[in-house]
Amino acid sequence: MTAAVRIDSRRNRKVAAIAASGALAMLGMGYAAVPLYRMFCQATGFNGTTQRATSAQAAGVKVTTRPITIRFDANVAPGLPWLFKPEQVTQDGRIGERKIAFFTAKNLSDKPIVGRAVFNVTPEQTGAYFHKIQCFCFNEQKLEPGQEVRMPVIYYVDPAMLDDANARDTPEITLSYTFLAAADQSLAQEAAKSAASVAKPLDRNASAR
Amino acid sequence: MASIPADHETFDAHHDAHDHDHKPAFFARWFMSTNHKDIGTMYLIFAIFAGIIGGAVSGMMRAELAQPGIQYLGIFAQFLGEKNPSFDQQLHLWNVLITAHGLIMVFFMVMPAIIGGFGNWFVPLMIGAPDMAFPRMNNISFWLTVAGFCSLMLSAFVPGGVGNGAGTGWTVYAPLSTSGSVGPAVDFGIFSLHLAGAGSILGAVNFITTIFNMRAPGMTLHKMPLFVWSVLVTAFLLLLSLPVLAAAITMLLTDRNFGTTFFDPAGGGDPVLYQHLFWFFGHPEVYIMILPGFGMISQIISTFSKKPVFGYLGMAYAMVAIGVVGFIVWAHHMYTTGLDVNTKMYFTAATMVIAVPTGIKIFSWIATMWGGSIEFKSPMVWAIGFIFLFTMGGVTGVVLANGGIDDNVQDTYYVVGHFHYVLSLGAVTSLFAGFFYWFPKMSGRMHSEFLSHLQFWVFFVGVNTIFFPMHFLGVQGMPRRYPDYAPAFEYWNKISSIGYEIMAVSVVIFLINIAYAFIGGRKAEANYWGEGATTLEWTLSSPPPFHQFETLPVIDDAAHH
Repeated sequence: MTAAVRIDSRRNRKVAAIAASGALAMLGMGYAAVPLYRMFCQATGFNGTTQRATSAQAAGVKVTTRPITIRFDANVAPGLPWLFKPEQVTQDGRIGERKIAFFTAKNLSDKPIVGRAVFNVTPEQTGAYFHKIQCFCFNEQKLEPGQEVRMPVIYYVDPAMLDDANARDTPEITLSYTFLAAADQSLAQEAAKSAASVAKPLDRNASAR
Repeated sequence: MASIPADHETFDAHHDAHDHDHKPAFFARWFMSTNHKDIGTMYLIFAIFAGIIGGAVSGMMRAELAQPGIQYLGIFAQFLGEKNPSFDQQLHLWNVLITAHGLIMVFFMVMPAIIGGFGNWFVPLMIGAPDMAFPRMNNISFWLTVAGFCSLMLSAFVPGGVGNGAGTGWTVYAPLSTSGSVGPAVDFGIFSLHLAGAGSILGAVNFITTIFNMRAPGMTLHKMPLFVWSVLVTAFLLLLSLPVLAAAITMLLTDRNFGTTFFDPAGGGDPVLYQHLFWFFGHPEVYIMILPGFGMISQIISTFSKKPVFGYLGMAYAMVAIGVVGFIVWAHHMYTTGLDVNTKMYFTAATMVIAVPTGIKIFSWIATMWGGSIEFKSPMVWAIGFIFLFTMGGVTGVVLANGGIDDNVQDTYYVVGHFHYVLSLGAVTSLFAGFFYWFPKMSGRMHSEFLSHLQFWVFFVGVNTIFFPMHFLGVQGMPRRYPDYAPAFEYWNKISSIGYEIMAVSVVIFLINIAYAFIGGRKAEANYWGEGATTLEWTLSSPPPFHQFETLPVIDDAAHH
C-alpha cells in the first residue's frame, strides 16, 4: 500500500514558527535571568547575600540572650589603590541586638576614585538572617586623593535564625567586604562638593537604642 | 517482524525510464545542497575532519602529560607561530589546547556527526519522508557550523591575553574570559559558538517540523523508530538550551567590548550568574551529545538480536524523562560555588533521579538481547561496548552527583575520567556503532568486518588505558587543567599517554577501513543485515536513490517499531 507525496508547507511553517518562538523565548529568559537572579538572591539570602532593613523594621526586633560573634573582613580588588580595613576584628553581641561596626578606607592615589563594595557573609545559610540597616555598600563611595573616611555598618542578626535548623547553631558569622573600582567612574569627575555626602555621615539616631 | 509491504523497487523515486537520478553538477550538489543525504554526508565528513584535529590536540596534551615538567609546550608554541614563547606563553598554550579540544569535540565533532550526520541521513528515511521539512535551512545549518569551526581555528592565531588563542576552557567562565583575556581570540571563540549555536537551533527547528509533520501515513509517534524519538528529544533540548548559551555569551561579548557589567562585580554584576546560565545550557548539552547515541544503540541491539526492542514505550519516554530532568540539575556542576546545604541536597537528589530512566534504557537493551538470536556483527560489538563503557561512566557520575563527595574530587582527574567515559567512550563508541551499521547503506559499499572488529578491540583497550587511570589520579588529588604535576602522579599519567597511542592506532585502522570499502568493498544490498533490520531505510537500495519516497510508504497496524 502506498500513498502520494503531500508536503504541507503551511503546516510546516506553523510548527517551525512555534519552535522558533520557543527558542526566542529562551533567549529572552537568558536575559531575564539577570534581574531574576538578583531578586532571587536578595529574597532568599542565597549565596550569603545579606538582607537590608529599615530602622523601623529593626525597632521591632526582640533581643535574645543568645550570644553571637561577628568577624569582619575587608579586601581590596587588584587595580584599586585603596587601603581598606575594619576597625575591629570581631564584635560580640546577642542575636537580635543592633550593633555598629566601623571600617576605614583611604585613597592612596593622586586622583579621585569611585569604589563599590561587594559583600557576603559566611556561613552562607546565615545570609537570610543578617540584616543591615545602614551600610557604605548600599552606595558607591568616592574618595578624593589621599582622603580617608570612617564608614559605619549598622546591623543585627534576626532572631528568626534560631528557628532554622541549618543556621541556629552558628556561633560566629563572618561579614566580608571587597572594594572594587566601580565600572562607572563618571562620579569621580563631578565637583568636589559631593565628596562629603558620598561617605555618609553617621546616623546617630539609628545606632542609639 | 515489520510487514512493510513493498521493497525498494516501489519507493526508489526513479520513475524515470532512463534511471537518471537528477543529481546536480558537483558545485551545485555539494555547496548548494538541499538534499538531506548529501548534507548528512557533508556533516559526517566534517565531523571526521574536526575529530582528527581535536584528537591531535589531545595527543599534544597527552605528550606533555606523559611526564612531569614542561617538555613540549614550547615546541608546540613555536609550531603555532609564537617566535620565542615565554614560559607564561607556553602555559597559556596549554589553556588554548584544553579549550580547543573541548570546543572542537563537543560542537564540531560529536554534535555534527550524531545530529547533523546520522540525524539528517536517517530521520527522513526512517519516517518515510522524501526530505527534511526545510531543505534550504538544512544547508544553512551546515555551513554555519563550518563557519563556526573556521572562527575557532582563527582564534588560535590572534592574541588572547598572555599568548595567542583563547585559553578559557570550553566553559568560557568570566572573569577569565572577560577582563582576564585581552585581545580578539576570545571574541573569535565566542563568535564561533554563536555560529555553531545558530546552526544547531535551525537544525533543531528543522528536525522538530520534519518529525511532527512528515511522517509516512500510519506512522504514529508511538510507531516511530527509537532513533527518531532520540533525535526529537535532542532537538527540543537544543531548541531550549542553546538560546540560553547564546544569551550568556552575548553578555560576555558586551562585557568584553561594550562596557556592560553583567558578570563584573565592579558594576554590580555577578560572575556566578554566568556559571548558572552556562550550565543551564551545559547540562542539557551533555544529553544532546548522548541521546541520539542511545537511539542508534536501540536500533542496532534490536537488529542483531533479531527482536523488537524490549519495552519500546519505556525506552521512548525514558529519553523524554532524561531530557526533562536534564534541565533542572545544572547546579551539580557548581557545588563549590557557595550553594547552601539545602540547594546541594536538591541538586544531588535530582541528579540521581536521572539514573532511573538511564537504568531503564540500559536494562531494556540487555533485555532485548536476552533470548535473542544474537549475531556479533561489527555494529553489535560496538553497541555492546557502548553499554559497558557508558555504564562505567554512569557509575562514576552517580558518585560525583553527591555534593559532599564532589567537594573533594571537583576539578580533579576523577571528573575528567567520568565525562570521558560517558562522552569520549560512550558517545564516540555509539558513533562508531552507528557508522558501521549504516556506512554500507550510505556508501553502497561494505566495509571490512575484520577491520571493524579489530578497530573495536584496539579502541576499547586504548581508551580504557587512557581514561581508567584518571580515576586513580583524581582521587589522589591531581587537579585538572594543568600541564604539570607532582612526580607522584607520573606512573598513571605515563600509562594514560601510552593508551593514547593505542587509541590513535585504532583511528588509523578506521581510516584504512573506509579506504578499503571505497576501493575494494563489496556492493551492499538493500538490506545487508538481514531479517533483524526492519526500519524503513532498509526498504531502499544502498545507497538510497537521490530522491526517495515520492510514493509514500504506508505503515500498517501490525508493523513493529
